[in-house]
Amino acid sequence: MIRIPCPYCGERDHSEFTYGGDGSITYPALDAPMADWLEAVFERENVRGLQLETWHHVMGCRMWLLVERDTMTHEIHSVRAAHTGLAAVLEEKS
Amino acid sequence: MSYSGWKVIWQGLTGNTGWKPAWREPDPKAAYDVIIVGAGGHGLAAAYYLAKEFGVTNVAVIEKGWLGSGNVGRNTTIVRSNYLLPGNEPFYEFSMKLWEGLEQDFNYNAMVSQRGILNLSHSDPQRDAFARRGNSMRLAGADAVLLDADGVRQMCPFLDFENARFPITGGIWQPRGGTVRHDAVAWGYARGADMRGVDIIQNCEVTGFIMDKGVCMGVETSRGDIRAKKVGVAVAGSSGRVMAKAGMRLPIESHVLQAFVTEGLKPLLPGVITFGAGHFYVSQSDKGGLVFGGDIDGYNTYAQRGNLPVVEDVCEGGMAIMPMIGRTRLLRSWGGIMDMSMDGSPYIDKTHIDGLYFNGGWCYGGFKATPASGFCFAHLLARDEPHPTATEYRLNRFRRGTMIDEKGVGAQPNLH
Repeated sequence: MIRIPCPYCGERDHSEFTYGGDGSITYPALDAPMADWLEAVFERENVRGLQLETWHHVMGCRMWLLVERDTMTHEIHSVRAAHTGLAAVLEEKS
Repeated sequence: MSYSGWKVIWQGLTGNTGWKPAWREPDPKAAYDVIIVGAGGHGLAAAYYLAKEFGVTNVAVIEKGWLGSGNVGRNTTIVRSNYLLPGNEPFYEFSMKLWEGLEQDFNYNAMVSQRGILNLSHSDPQRDAFARRGNSMRLAGADAVLLDADGVRQMCPFLDFENARFPITGGIWQPRGGTVRHDAVAWGYARGADMRGVDIIQNCEVTGFIMDKGVCMGVETSRGDIRAKKVGVAVAGSSGRVMAKAGMRLPIESHVLQAFVTEGLKPLLPGVITFGAGHFYVSQSDKGGLVFGGDIDGYNTYAQRGNLPVVEDVCEGGMAIMPMIGRTRLLRSWGGIMDMSMDGSPYIDKTHIDGLYFNGGWCYGGFKATPASGFCFAHLLARDEPHPTATEYRLNRFRRGTMIDEKGVGAQPNLH
């Protein structure tokens, strides 16, 4: 079991979360050329090692998280709220 | 090395001292006509068919570890051709036909056993969907029999037909499906390719591609540069890492799929059985163990080991259709790294780099495809045009909008 320290709920089993995928993708503007969208939607870095990815705490606080995890060892290196405003508030409180 | 009944008897009487290795261990030559990266099922099959069917024998298969050390030895050994979409079904039926003649073709016992595959349905709409699938299969020349609940009961009386949540309403049965001894497939192809002059070079890692003016001229390896007119990469599970050395990003993510085997039991299951309301597929090996699997773990990983929530989920699937296995002890579980593609279907294609060809994205359905994948990849490498059954497996299909998405879930690799 991977244990993910949710910044709101504390450390929880990964079975409480839904995996969102590559968190380093930034989607282009709606009117960006097709090639940019193609790359963002379909092509992947497929990192072996430290990857930034999204998880949704669907069985907990329902917050989307940005997680740095090693895809070889499954070790979690950092977790923060994906919403930047929320991340700032949570950091201030802690 | 050739085998016969007389040889088995003679060797038995003389202490089995006369057996020789089934393939050579050659040093790499400076250059080949074709290099195939990856001595797994697909790479070895491609080399075999290149030599046997297309007359290209100056071929090397380069492997980082030992041959057959990846997913060809980690799968649940199921072969079938029960796909729906026109881009897939003719290809998998071609594969099924190659399986049927495989042992005679490469003169090696791969224990091809056409014990049939039964997909259970648990609702009327699901049965309708199976009728549609069966028609699609038969249009491509495959076999499919739609069974009602009584038909399933005759075949597998031990199933939980009256399950409150998932009653069994029938199923679709492909009698020609079955299982194949997976390691023997790799060994048979390796031996057949080696006999025809293909060099299989193990413990030789590809570290880069030799590029000249945008053309691929060979590979850099841990045992020096090896040049070739054409390089074909068939390294499913590591596709992203290898193709990154050629500067390519792929529509692929790497995920882990687990498989399980129980202690040996008396003959129990007539063939392959799959649960239609969850994800569980099971067959019984010739040694008696129940071999089964289910979903991928669901997150990107390169670790060849799985996680416990999926173990629980898979076992629950098994219990839902056959509660009798509840006291069977699990012997082993293991994991393999899958090339999960963006539409759940594979790629056999030239890349945008001249001289560089790619075979991958098999998701967790690569084993059944082994013969056709090898044949079609060999066809592409030898003739520079796709085999008629593999014309849709293009890398650029997302740009063209011609995805082959059997499940219809979109570009979400962990859901395929």
